[in-house]
Amino acid sequence: MMKKSHTLALFNDFEEAGQAIRDLKAVSLPGFRMEDVVIKSPIEHPELSEMLGDRPVYVQWFTLGGVLVGPLTGLILVASAQANFLLQIRGGRPVVPVPPDMVLTYEFFILSGVLMTVLGCFIGWKLPGRRSPLYNAKVSEDKIGLLIKADPLVIPKINEILARHKPIEIMGEDRR
Amino acid sequence: MSHTVDLHTPEDKDIHIERKFVPKPLDIDREVSWAKINKDVLRSLERPRPMFWVIFVAALALFSFGVYCEIYQYQNGMGAADLNNPQVWGLYIATFIFWIGMGHSGTLLSALLHIIHADWRKPIYRYSEAMTTFSLLTAALFVLIHLGRIWEFYYVVAYPNERWVWPNFSSPLVWDATAIGTYLTSSLLFLYTGMVPDLAICRDNARGVRKKLYTFLSMGWQGTDRQWANFRVTYMTLACLLMPLAVSVHSIVSTDFAVSQNPGWHITSFPPYFVLGALYSGCAVIITLFIVLRYVFRFEEYMTMPILNKLIKMTFAIAMVWNYLNLIEYATVWYGDNEVAKAQFIYKITGTYAPVFWGMVLCSTVLPFALLIKFVRTHMPTLLVVSLLLNLGMWLERVQIITPTFAHSQYPWTWTANWFPSWVQWGIVAGSFGWFTMLFMLYCKIFPAISMYEVKEMVHDQSKMLKARGQ
Repeated sequence: MMKKSHTLALFNDFEEAGQAIRDLKAVSLPGFRMEDVVIKSPIEHPELSEMLGDRPVYVQWFTLGGVLVGPLTGLILVASAQANFLLQIRGGRPVVPVPPDMVLTYEFFILSGVLMTVLGCFIGWKLPGRRSPLYNAKVSEDKIGLLIKADPLVIPKINEILARHKPIEIMGEDRR
Repeated sequence: MSHTVDLHTPEDKDIHIERKFVPKPLDIDREVSWAKINKDVLRSLERPRPMFWVIFVAALALFSFGVYCEIYQYQNGMGAADLNNPQVWGLYIATFIFWIGMGHSGTLLSALLHIIHADWRKPIYRYSEAMTTFSLLTAALFVLIHLGRIWEFYYVVAYPNERWVWPNFSSPLVWDATAIGTYLTSSLLFLYTGMVPDLAICRDNARGVRKKLYTFLSMGWQGTDRQWANFRVTYMTLACLLMPLAVSVHSIVSTDFAVSQNPGWHITSFPPYFVLGALYSGCAVIITLFIVLRYVFRFEEYMTMPILNKLIKMTFAIAMVWNYLNLIEYATVWYGDNEVAKAQFIYKITGTYAPVFWGMVLCSTVLPFALLIKFVRTHMPTLLVVSLLLNLGMWLERVQIITPTFAHSQYPWTWTANWFPSWVQWGIVAGSFGWFTMLFMLYCKIFPAISMYEVKEMVHDQSKMLKARGQ
């Protein structure tokens, strides 16, 4: 299998980048898939991302896991500690009083939800990671980048398509 | 833009009413370029106005004095603070509630305004969230300071009893520590997650040690579509989780009082009263910091007058709800059948500590009406003084909840009318303000106090909206 190569085109605005994506979708090149197109932008642009097709986000499943596991852990932790006390001088009150324990259970519910959400986010971000394969600092300022991974033989054709939409720069791996 | 409506009267006389649509002032100039946003915010990290150093040095001096007082108290015992029975909490717990309250509104407002898509939050939410984090850190110090025996702090932590610590899980003090810990962790993660795209901007523009720091913290963020999509879901989910958490935290703080037997505290409306009080004081601080940061870091173009105006309106609305709940609290005592609570209330408004009560009424109940005056809203020095007085009022509110109640409780032996905090207490309280200011100013010098990517979004959305309207 041929090793894939990368190219990065920088555009002035979302419209130009959008048109380039539209053109890329219209062509059929061997060794190139739309799944390998990545938008890099200074702000989020959901409409542009939608053009790339469905790219599911799994953060909410982590949150669900967190909010289910958290309260159970909290309740078990508190109740088992209470049940474990050496002396149970409760004056007739229950050893594990449910209403007051709900407060800590609730806090564990939120805490676990938050921690798992952030964990899911970092997994989704694929971070921490190295900045690669091509990166241009202008992307964090005001330019829109299209990073494309394809067979090296197709890259010139892709660059040709990208060049039709007046990119301010096209970077190849040799110009990293 | 305008249009004319023709009305026909019975006399067939035409009346032309011309309705003029006056465009509202934009929250932020739509012509400002993205590159300029980066440049302006990054400049704030390097060259603030000299006032920055004045504030920082003053804060450092206050903090040093606070540390000295704490060491003195540690060496000489709690007697140095004049804390005794029944005045066991003094200014420490009053100030603890003040800081918790202040920390309340940064994250809560940021989350709430994010959920309802209030775009004007974008230039101000970052520093509000940072304010929350540092307020909570400051508040947590008072839990340790007021204990006296600092080494026994673990009794307030929800800690399993494998080492025979046996904490009381039914105690609001344990709930309190857990809630604050949860809130601090969550607020810190909320702040950090929201900051990652900006840290990448800093990384791309910094040199030397700063570059290393930002590279480490931004963890390789590149602004890819996948990263943004995950970011959007995460941020909204965190906002949704933080809203009820913030409400629960201050409700739990109120149970420190409400589940006790002290007269005047055993009131059902205490939790919402505390939550609103927290929001109120937090909003007042956000206004104070808005004015300070706007000047010190030259953020006039981003922290604009229309945004400040919205902030003031929100503060006024919250102040009015707080006043209502305050009134409810006193009415509950007055019309209730608890004679001790009634006597305690009369003592509060006429006794030794009456100046504290009336000071609170003046600063927190009467003064918010000054916000209705246009001059106050638009004249920065005046607004700064008013916002500081609102804060003072909210601090006095916390003092008048605690000190007069302990001084005139159920039993005559507790009646200690002439109790006054010692200089050590005042010093530690002043030190806490220094500690907070120092941390906050340092944060604003190291990390962007304005969210660059969100301001860019704001400018982008504003331009798109105006273009659609044909303006």
